[in-house]
Amino acid sequence: MKTAISIPTEGAMGKTGTWRVFHPVIDLNKCIKCWRCWIFCPDAAIDRNEHPVIDYDYCKGCGICSNVCPVNAIEMRREEK
Amino acid sequence: MIIVDTANHIAALAAKMAKPHVIAAYPITPQTTIVERLAEYVEKGELNAEYIRVESEHSAMAACIAAAATGARTFTATSSHGLLLMHEMLHWAGLARLPVVMVNVNRAIGPGWNIWSDLNDSLAQRDTGWIQFYASSNQEVFDSVIQAYKIAENEEILLPAMVSYDGFILSHTSMPVEVPEQSKIDEFLPDFKPGWILDVENPITHGNIVPPEPYMEIRYSMQKAMEKAKKVIEEIGEEYGKKFGREYGLVEEYRCEDADYVIVAMAAMAAEAKVAVDELRQKGEKVGLLKLRTFRPFPHERLKHDKMIVIDRDICPGLGGIVYNEIKGNGSEIYGFIAGLGGVDVSYKDIERMYELAKEGKEGWYPTEVK
Amino acid sequence: MVPNGGEIMAIKDLPMDEYILKGHAACPGCPATIALRITLKALGKKTILIVPACCSAVIQALHPHTAFNVPTLNIAFEASAAAASGVAAALKMLEKKDVLPVVWAGDGGSYDIGLQALSGALERGTDFIYICYNNQMYSNTGIQRSGATPYGAWTTTTWTGKKERQKELAEIVMAHHIPYVATATIAYPEDLYEKMKKAKEMKGPRYIEILSPCPPGWRFDMSKTVEMSKLAVETGAWVLYEVINGELKFTGYSKRILEGKERKPIEEWLKMQGRFRHLKPEDIEKIKQQLDEKWQHYKKIYGGKE
Repeated sequence: MKTAISIPTEGAMGKTGTWRVFHPVIDLNKCIKCWRCWIFCPDAAIDRNEHPVIDYDYCKGCGICSNVCPVNAIEMRREEK
Repeated sequence: MIIVDTANHIAALAAKMAKPHVIAAYPITPQTTIVERLAEYVEKGELNAEYIRVESEHSAMAACIAAAATGARTFTATSSHGLLLMHEMLHWAGLARLPVVMVNVNRAIGPGWNIWSDLNDSLAQRDTGWIQFYASSNQEVFDSVIQAYKIAENEEILLPAMVSYDGFILSHTSMPVEVPEQSKIDEFLPDFKPGWILDVENPITHGNIVPPEPYMEIRYSMQKAMEKAKKVIEEIGEEYGKKFGREYGLVEEYRCEDADYVIVAMAAMAAEAKVAVDELRQKGEKVGLLKLRTFRPFPHERLKHDKMIVIDRDICPGLGGIVYNEIKGNGSEIYGFIAGLGGVDVSYKDIERMYELAKEGKEGWYPTEVK
Repeated sequence: MVPNGGEIMAIKDLPMDEYILKGHAACPGCPATIALRITLKALGKKTILIVPACCSAVIQALHPHTAFNVPTLNIAFEASAAAASGVAAALKMLEKKDVLPVVWAGDGGSYDIGLQALSGALERGTDFIYICYNNQMYSNTGIQRSGATPYGAWTTTTWTGKKERQKELAEIVMAHHIPYVATATIAYPEDLYEKMKKAKEMKGPRYIEILSPCPPGWRFDMSKTVEMSKLAVETGAWVLYEVINGELKFTGYSKRILEGKERKPIEEWLKMQGRFRHLKPEDIEKIKQQLDEKWQHYKKIYGGKE
């Protein structure tokens, strides 16, 4: 039997990082670990390690993390190519 | 045990004996007495089931689909406009391969409001992926509901199934029915084993965006299951016969062996046609009856007589009789009659007359065009 | 509501659990996925999601894969609440008592086409949570007017701006006398999380509506989703409250407004959105008037209680 059953998979839509025009860069010297970037990331692409780590494979570059950062520790930079 | 009761009460009893976990239902004439009776069974504690009193038939089918996807055996019943409102969800149940079982009491479609028998409601659902049975007596109603569960839930089939019969002619008419012991039904009908299930330990998603190629594979799988259902319906019908003494198949042939003409009919019309065949045989006419029990899957291979007279209590506007058009390539002479729409009475005498007309090479709307 | 002995939960304390996997198909800056991430952090693994036609049906991404890591049943547009009744009934019969059916539907599927099924499921006491993530339009089909679209808003079916006011679905829901009704928005994740947790602990029908500002639909920069959500509350365009067994309490910034804090001018919210760019001064006056009426109504409720 074949029906529309789908299995949970990371990257179900592929490496969505390729959608990006700008990418976020975190200045860890400024980061106060409030984790606002983590909770507000629509793509779950900010991991909680010692400090926030952006998963560029999946970050779509929306810039919410930069916008919600209370200490302006996240800068959006244009992708190189 | 012999019980004398209406087809609706018999259908409710059969559903109860199949032990569904979830019933979702909404009233509509002439089906209502089925869901009334089931509510009574549940409230009196005679049936351990969740009964969802939904606010529409669309929701009834949605609830059955979702319950089946959660692993439950389900039942609902409807009629006419209720079935038409369900149409979207009938496709959903079919494509999701969820073996919901439903009774549809055939009733004409409005406007104007007409509560009498007419097969257009269920025949209009022919492309939804539901197995369709048509019953000609209250006994067949009982036996078909029980078999419908076993066929629909067969691991090679996993398709929803509908048992239809005529409003009032059967639904509100009492007939004697032999009802087996519950223990025998339990032996015949194993527990429901779903093909897939919503399970927090194995969190699958069902029904997200499906690209064209896998979509076509899903359709193909459904078609293969429908084709396989022909064999399974006959096997389970035979098994039922061995256990309960009444055997079933895709069609029922009556006095067809040496027949020059074979009348093709469904549901209550077929019961009337049986009387007509006996009458005609007494007059020396070589005529038989081929009663179509399953409309989906359609048993073309069992409808290969040379001369057939098809009586449709339905109409596909712009084309003609629905059953007639299904089989018109199957023999050399096929005569089609449209009769009995909206509950117009069709007696065995009318059927005898249609036979005479067919012998004269006539066909059409009876008695509107030919009589 | 204030759990843990009066401490409001901080963002850092929200669970690490993720049920929305990376690499889903949502637009960049999507509010619905932020809301769903937080929602599932609160509801946890033993959740069955029921999703009608809406953006979230697409966000799951393509078969045979899915980005949702809880069991998810996609169902027809108008049928999600009825499906929840079916799931709830089956769970009860099969004795899976710790599993919670949760509808996750957009405003089109809740305010409009699914309203009948929603009302039916609420009235018959289905044991489930219905969540409407409200982006004030049919965004999945490309920005059409819904019953939740506010007065004046441009959509592709209201080219000169919507001429009618939106309805208040949460208030219609309240008329069903259910145990829990709440509104939330993504700018306040702690508030959203706490409301979900509270709903989870209750029985019967529970309804939570989440304002979800949609960058492509509302015409604003995708980095400003959270800002837009916050400003909606601060200007009073969106109101935060919860209703427990009929008792209404305003929460967060909305409560502060009722206690006397001034609402920020609505123009601040409107001017950030391309969908309101065409508004004339008289349209803005009308919006202000509607907003004043709405807050007068809330003040009456609030004043009457204390």
